[in-house]
Amino acid sequence: MKILYFAWLRERLNRGEEEVSPPAEVQTVGQLIGWLRSRDEAADLAMQKPEIIKAAIDAKIVKHDAMIAGAKVVALFPPMTGG
Amino acid sequence: MSIRLQTEPFDPGREANAFLAETSGAGAAVTFTGLVRSDPSDPVNALTLECYPELATSQLTTIHAQAIARFGLLRATIIHRYGRLLPKEPIVQVMTLAPHRQAAFAGAEFLMDYLKTDAPFWKNEATPEGSRWVEHNIADDKAKTRWE
Repeated sequence: MKILYFAWLRERLNRGEEEVSPPAEVQTVGQLIGWLRSRDEAADLAMQKPEIIKAAIDAKIVKHDAMIAGAKVVALFPPMTGG
Repeated sequence: MSIRLQTEPFDPGREANAFLAETSGAGAAVTFTGLVRSDPSDPVNALTLECYPELATSQLTTIHAQAIARFGLLRATIIHRYGRLLPKEPIVQVMTLAPHRQAAFAGAEFLMDYLKTDAPFWKNEATPEGSRWVEHNIADDKAKTRWE
């Protein structure tokens, strides 16, 4: 699946997107964030407060307990500051 | 088009006039325009809005439909820019049309409160000291909860 990063998360990771293949036991968005942190020091630091990271699956906002099975694109981003 | 995401500048007055060209059944129209602020004591050279366009389109569509249904609006338009903007330039414009003023005002406030917290835009300010991401404002969350 493709992961998209935005705003300061993108800057701290130095990439806007990446292709990943998480193992089968990674089932939710929260677990995906944990797995991304476990494999990369920059990701670990950037998401050290995972509770503030927002997520969307296939362009629909979801909570951290949402299942990622079948997802094509998972977006991770900081709280939004539009308007 | 009732929802527009664009990088190009827009003319707030021209947009308002276009919106007001068709007003059957309406007694009230409200226009809100959000601008790039540069406080003289804390100047900003430019404001860059990052956007996730696919999600922004779906979120704006949802918020727009909710506002129409909840306040009985006759019409509503949301224009939101992204990319690099300069001080004083319009960022966002929300326009509502309703039979009476209460619904037009409330609908515009509802749309802006949800845009602040639920639309995938991130503001980055270029200042004389360097660039910084605008922090999410807790007051915006509180403003939104009054509609829940």
